[in-house]
Amino acid sequence: MAKITLDNLAHSYLPNPASEDDYALKELNHDWVDGEAYALLGASGCGKSTLLNIISGLLQPSQGRILFDGQDVTHAPTAERNIAQVFQFPVVYDTMTVRDNLAFPLRNRGAKADYIAQRVNSIAQMIGMEAELDRKARGLTADAKQKISLGRGMVREDVNALLFDEPLTVIDPHMKWELRTQLKALHHQFGHTMIYVTHDQTEALTFADKVVVMHGGRVVQIGTPQELFERPEHTFVGYFIGSPGMNLLPARIDGTKAYVDGNEIALGRAYGGVQGNVQIGIRPEFARLSDEGLPVKVRRVEDVGRHKIVRAEFMGQALNIIAEEGEDIGADKTCVVFDPAHVNVYADDWRVNGEAA
Amino acid sequence: MSDATVTQTSFTAKARKPRMRVNGSAVVMGCYLLFLLLPIYWLLMMSLKTNTEILNTFTLWPDNLTFNNYLTILTDASWYMGYVNSLIYVVMNTVISVVVALPAAYAFSRYHFLGDKHLFFWLLTNRMAPPAVFALPFFQLYSSVGLFDTHIAVALAHCLFNVPLAVWILEGFMRGVPKEIDETAYIDGYSFGRFFIKIFMPLIASGVGVAAFFCFMFSWVELLLSRTLTSVDAKPIAATMTRTVGASGIDWGVLAAAGVLTIVPGALVIYFVRNYIAKGFALGRV
Amino acid sequence: MEKTVNQKAWFLVLPVLLLVAFSAVIPLMTVVNYSVQDSFGNNQFFWWGIGWFEELLHSDRMWSALWRQLAFSAIILAIEVPLGVFVALNMPKKGFWASFCLVLMSLPLLIPWNVVGTIWQIFGRVDIGLLGYTLAALGIDYNYTQDAVDAWITVIVMDVWHWTSLVALLGYAGLQSIPDAYYQAAKIDQASRWKVFRYIELPKMMGVLMIAILLRFMDSFMIYTEPFVVTGGGPGNATTFLSIDLVKMALGQFDLGPAAAFSLMYFLVILLISWVFYTVMTNLEKREG
Repeated sequence: MAKITLDNLAHSYLPNPASEDDYALKELNHDWVDGEAYALLGASGCGKSTLLNIISGLLQPSQGRILFDGQDVTHAPTAERNIAQVFQFPVVYDTMTVRDNLAFPLRNRGAKADYIAQRVNSIAQMIGMEAELDRKARGLTADAKQKISLGRGMVREDVNALLFDEPLTVIDPHMKWELRTQLKALHHQFGHTMIYVTHDQTEALTFADKVVVMHGGRVVQIGTPQELFERPEHTFVGYFIGSPGMNLLPARIDGTKAYVDGNEIALGRAYGGVQGNVQIGIRPEFARLSDEGLPVKVRRVEDVGRHKIVRAEFMGQALNIIAEEGEDIGADKTCVVFDPAHVNVYADDWRVNGEAA
Repeated sequence: MSDATVTQTSFTAKARKPRMRVNGSAVVMGCYLLFLLLPIYWLLMMSLKTNTEILNTFTLWPDNLTFNNYLTILTDASWYMGYVNSLIYVVMNTVISVVVALPAAYAFSRYHFLGDKHLFFWLLTNRMAPPAVFALPFFQLYSSVGLFDTHIAVALAHCLFNVPLAVWILEGFMRGVPKEIDETAYIDGYSFGRFFIKIFMPLIASGVGVAAFFCFMFSWVELLLSRTLTSVDAKPIAATMTRTVGASGIDWGVLAAAGVLTIVPGALVIYFVRNYIAKGFALGRV
Repeated sequence: MEKTVNQKAWFLVLPVLLLVAFSAVIPLMTVVNYSVQDSFGNNQFFWWGIGWFEELLHSDRMWSALWRQLAFSAIILAIEVPLGVFVALNMPKKGFWASFCLVLMSLPLLIPWNVVGTIWQIFGRVDIGLLGYTLAALGIDYNYTQDAVDAWITVIVMDVWHWTSLVALLGYAGLQSIPDAYYQAAKIDQASRWKVFRYIELPKMMGVLMIAILLRFMDSFMIYTEPFVVTGGGPGNATTFLSIDLVKMALGQFDLGPAAAFSLMYFLVILLISWVFYTVMTNLEKREG
């Protein structure tokens, strides 16, 4: 187990990157705290797999350093970094039995036979494959194979970090939940540093202590699920996380007030001289239908079970509102009000931190 | 701190190891390619030498560069017609093999029918038939129907091993095309023929290319049957080459030049399909 | 894929059936016909039963040709399969050098077989060939036209030169189908080079290697042109393989009956050995799975 430090790290797949656009991973400084579970969240092509491969040593960064507990491993081969990685598609050794598959990483490192047997048994129990231990891996289902890959990743106790590259893509939905819970339990039990790459916000938010959101090769926010929800640092975080995502409205800011097409909206904090492309962002959870406030037209109401999503229109722009399950949406509800404490202000997509009003 | 520096250098030393292995592979490939090319190089050099130089001195490259050997071949109809004949029957065979194999491969890849497995296996056994076994009966068969010494006779004879091969390769590629595509097309009102040509063929184009490549290859390199079934009019270049053995001994220069010229069509074909070779050798089955 | 039963599919197979029947069944019938008859020339034939087959089974000539043939096929398989796999493992994975190697390696496969023979006939000659001349200059007594061992070595090296690329290309195609994640996982698991080969590369190559072994066995068992051009079956009968012997008998001596019987036995032996190969290998694969 180790603290992983990224120092001035950046990567481009081009030999001579000229502009910032040529970088698949833009300059980044970050410490992955020892023993925490991180999720690396972003749409496909945002650079999250590039970052993971640099950490695991499958890729050499074009600039910067990676340190494991203060030791430079930037050019160290994968095997010396003592990490484990689980891939998107199950990687199992088809001709070996399940038992041999699980024992493989330990045997290659010359562990003792009784230690191997003990580890393999406890891992098999954890992934629920004790009955299949002596079967050949070939012919097992995709989720069984992926469970073996997970097991092989966890069989070594002394790993510096456990990396997961969208490991649940091929798994059935109900198994997904089970495996994720197991992973979480495991993290509590052994306290490995875990980095979990995914494009699924539910997976990221339920698995991780801290979520790292990436967009266009850049880390746009690192925070707890709560922080991502309440204070998205970037408009991308706003609409990528949450369902539906954050509402964004172009606005003019003046002190503790925002103006959208002449309508005044109260803000929780005071802002001075906000320049550029200014927007305000309000999560649907913090918007409420009312009989006074900003005028909206309700287009559609979707009942998703625990609550209702109101698809409305405000000055020609789509606006989503979440209403309580029991809430009555009558013809008189033609206005919307926002919770001032949860209205965020963005300039050129980045959040502006106001002063306490 | 000093400890950290030591580990760092040991890391960099080990990081260089993979690059060493690439070099090892390059050496292996270099040796293997040298082994492949040396005999061909020697043939090429010999074709550019005079017979006197070939027989009397030992040189690694021609002292007196001459193209006379090639001129001999390219100006004499009895020589260059050999190439024309070979190309005619090879192309005929390739076309016939692929055209008849296409519907059959489609049937094998899509339908169960009475005796399908046996038929498929029987077809493949023909790929195992030694041409030597068929040389004499072919000779008699084609003589009796008046096809002896024609291009079509050789083309048909080569179908013996090329048709099963083409069926086998195409079946592999066709199995990779989802059946839903056929069904959708039929629902959209396509007739079988129109579907096959307009929709299905483009999907297995690379498979057709691969099958044609292999048919061309095996027909082009075969000699026993093509020599047995021809005498004058359809005589292949490979058989013509025996002409270099004359009363005054062997005309080595011309023999080598003729050999080099037989390599050219194959080399051209390979060059055109170079990006598909790896896929082709997977035979659509990996 | 789920296939539907459709007897009309026979119409699609019909052209192939007719064509192959014309070029396989009719000639084969002729062969069967000859194999049970004897002739005094002038196209007069009479029934001879299984006489030719009996004679053949007691003929030293056939047996020695068969043993030579088996030895030849065994030797070239033992060299070409491991060598081909080794070459495939060392080929560049992609880019210009991959195409470069592919093109050069395919070259021997597209050279007419008699030209392959001619190339090696010239290459090995002590007076004008690079190989023969060099060996002689090094003081090695090498002459493939006089010495049986030298002739064998020449024929085998020629076959390795000619066909190893086929095994290598098939193996390479198999290797190309392995996703990168497998190699990355192996690195993380600290698997040695040997284990990567044994547990990742070899299992993925098995399918195509089976095809390679079958093809190489069948083709080496039918080999005719190349050794015929180089050695003419000599010195003596040292390199007279089954096909060479058969052609000598059928087209050279016009011994139709014995040649026909020989043909049938030959064909049956190939079918039998191929079948055994195929069954053993599919069973091996099943047991692995």
